[in-house]
Amino acid sequence: MSFQPVKFYQTGTFTVGNRLLPPEERSVQASTKRFNSINSGHRACQGCGEALGARYAIDAAMEATDGQIIAANATGCLEVFSTPYPETSWQIPWIHSLFGNAAAVATGIAAALKVKGKKDVRVVAQGGDGGTTDIGFGCLSGMFERNDDVLYICYDNGGYMNTGVQRSSATPAAARTSTTPAVGSDPGNVFGQGKFLPAIALAHDIPYVATATVADLRDLEAKVTRAMEIRGARYIHILVPCPLGWGTAAHDTIRMARLAKETGIFPVFEAEHGEIKSVLAIRHPLPVEEYLKPQKRYAHLFGKNPAVETIARIQALADKNIRKYRLQARKEGH
Amino acid sequence: MLKQMEGSRAVAEAVALCRPEVICAYPISPQTHIVEALGEMVKEGSLAPCEFINVESEFAAMSVAIGASAAGARSYTATASQGLLFMAEAVFNASGLGLPIVMTVANRAIGAPINIWNDHSDALSQRDSGWLQLFAETNQEALDLHIQAFRLAEELSLPIMVCMDGFILTHAYERVDMPTQAQVDAYLPRYEPRQVLDPSDPVSIGAMVGPEAFMEVRYLAHAKQMEALQLIPAYAAEFKAVFGRDSGGLTHTYRTEDAETIIVAMGSVLGTIKDTIDEMRQPENGGHKIGVLGITCFRPFPIAAVAAALKHAKRFVVLEKSMAVGLGGILAVNVRMAVTGMGLKGYTVVAGLGGRAITKKSLHALFRQGEQDGLEPVTFLDLDWNVVNKQLEREKAHRRTGPVAEALLRDVGVVGARNY
Repeated sequence: MSFQPVKFYQTGTFTVGNRLLPPEERSVQASTKRFNSINSGHRACQGCGEALGARYAIDAAMEATDGQIIAANATGCLEVFSTPYPETSWQIPWIHSLFGNAAAVATGIAAALKVKGKKDVRVVAQGGDGGTTDIGFGCLSGMFERNDDVLYICYDNGGYMNTGVQRSSATPAAARTSTTPAVGSDPGNVFGQGKFLPAIALAHDIPYVATATVADLRDLEAKVTRAMEIRGARYIHILVPCPLGWGTAAHDTIRMARLAKETGIFPVFEAEHGEIKSVLAIRHPLPVEEYLKPQKRYAHLFGKNPAVETIARIQALADKNIRKYRLQARKEGH
Repeated sequence: MLKQMEGSRAVAEAVALCRPEVICAYPISPQTHIVEALGEMVKEGSLAPCEFINVESEFAAMSVAIGASAAGARSYTATASQGLLFMAEAVFNASGLGLPIVMTVANRAIGAPINIWNDHSDALSQRDSGWLQLFAETNQEALDLHIQAFRLAEELSLPIMVCMDGFILTHAYERVDMPTQAQVDAYLPRYEPRQVLDPSDPVSIGAMVGPEAFMEVRYLAHAKQMEALQLIPAYAAEFKAVFGRDSGGLTHTYRTEDAETIIVAMGSVLGTIKDTIDEMRQPENGGHKIGVLGITCFRPFPIAAVAAALKHAKRFVVLEKSMAVGLGGILAVNVRMAVTGMGLKGYTVVAGLGGRAITKKSLHALFRQGEQDGLEPVTFLDLDWNVVNKQLEREKAHRRTGPVAEALLRDVGVVGARNY
């Protein structure tokens, strides 16, 4: 059995947990009155980051709107594991249409609500990184530029995990997937490809763009809450580790998400109208090896002859994120 | 009220009278005038409450309509040709989910080669999408069918395409009788959805369905369309009671009572066919026993009505603006299904593809040939065999013959210099 050292009472954090906090500062998820929007009994894998992220995000959105949420869902893991009819995990009105159209379906729902004068009912669209950055990108960009009143949440696990771990445009460099196998002279996913959708969302100058991970529940809840205070197109991109696709232990999901943030691999920030307002700072950036090594999708970088150059290239990408998003120098955003 | 107006404008005004709540628009010829007119009505406030959304693709147009319809709004869009193909995945999805969206299809050819003119390839490519498909013969019928379509769609919880010939109808200025708002309100009740996304009564829509129930869900879609075979004539009769016009229904026959030869067709070409038949029936022209069966409702396909219309004839000629490549006709296959075992001779004529004019002159010759059973099983009307054969010979002689369409255009030469 492995143990992880836990540091209590870190300055400026909520690591101490809920028990020692006054009720108004406790997380939505800690409340006995939480909505359980996506209920137990779904068929997600053990340690699924997406199930966790969706639960946090949608419950926070429900809390922020007093339960007045309609969700549109892209095809993908979340859709499949949550609705093995006759059972559904969704305790909210929920529609799944297609893989690539969740943003447009949400636009339609928002338009219908507007026509019917239901101002209190709000719309959330959600999809994985494939459904968001690849096949659903056209509809998403259209929803952004029209500034439709929709919060789109992307649960990014870096690949098409539902169909058997294929590469998406959110798959990180060097990662092994079933369509970027760890063979040949440059094993894994190619460097210099892919896109970071939050930056593209920023370029649309929409009212709200944020990134988050499942490692920081309070940050995620705060961002969803903030997003629901705003009207218009909003985008939250949540890093959700996938034990199946990443080759990590089920109990390491939150640790992997935290390492992604602490290494600079995944920048966590919040932006309004195209301008970054705050970032989650990294106090002591960790070397990327700490993030890469526990993941079997990077196993080809280690072993007897570590791929030192490749690891250095990944480190350079993380360093660039730290510079670009000023992750190290600034104070905590929340 | 009688008005002289463009077909697209007439459809836009009819749709407006149906009080749509969400309209999505993406430009593609020849349907653009319809959504332009509706967009103006929404922007100036005469169509309130209604949301008009300029989307980024036809795929989004249908997807927005899906979301809006699922949230309980009366939803409308229009498209044509490539646009219909681009939204195809969502087209199937809308019917699979049972959402009563009404969509105008301004019928246009499908490329390659790119072609903006009229034929029925676009709508017929979606014949198995689960949508009802109604084909208008005139602008008046196009207008009327939209009003009936909203009622039918919402009663059945199924989407409907109202198909009208691109340019020939959409861009033609004709006299139409525009109904009043009171008439439409009397005919078309408020939309009461069978399923709706509502936080006070949450449902999950669009779950995965496995082999245990998929067949039954699909069968019910078929059963609903069979049900529509009863509803369509009933609603057309009610329409007549309110508006005083015969419009819609499953089929229309013209001079078929004693006809030995019956031409079967859809859309605006029925007008040309009727004129030709009127001329052929005149005693001085030989008093030919010929009539026409117009198919208004292509999906569901009115098998019984078609069989009843053709049962006393000796032969039928299906003249269609579509082609099942590698087989012959699309409409023809459907008609043949309806007359199975009736011992009728049947001929397929593919005509008017990509806007090729279908003239009375050609029809006179064609129908006379048909009457004498002198037609091939599949005929391509007014095909320029010189151009076709020239290309086939080139392909025998050389390997690198280049792109086909461009080679044919060179052979044909300047447009205008040709006579059909």
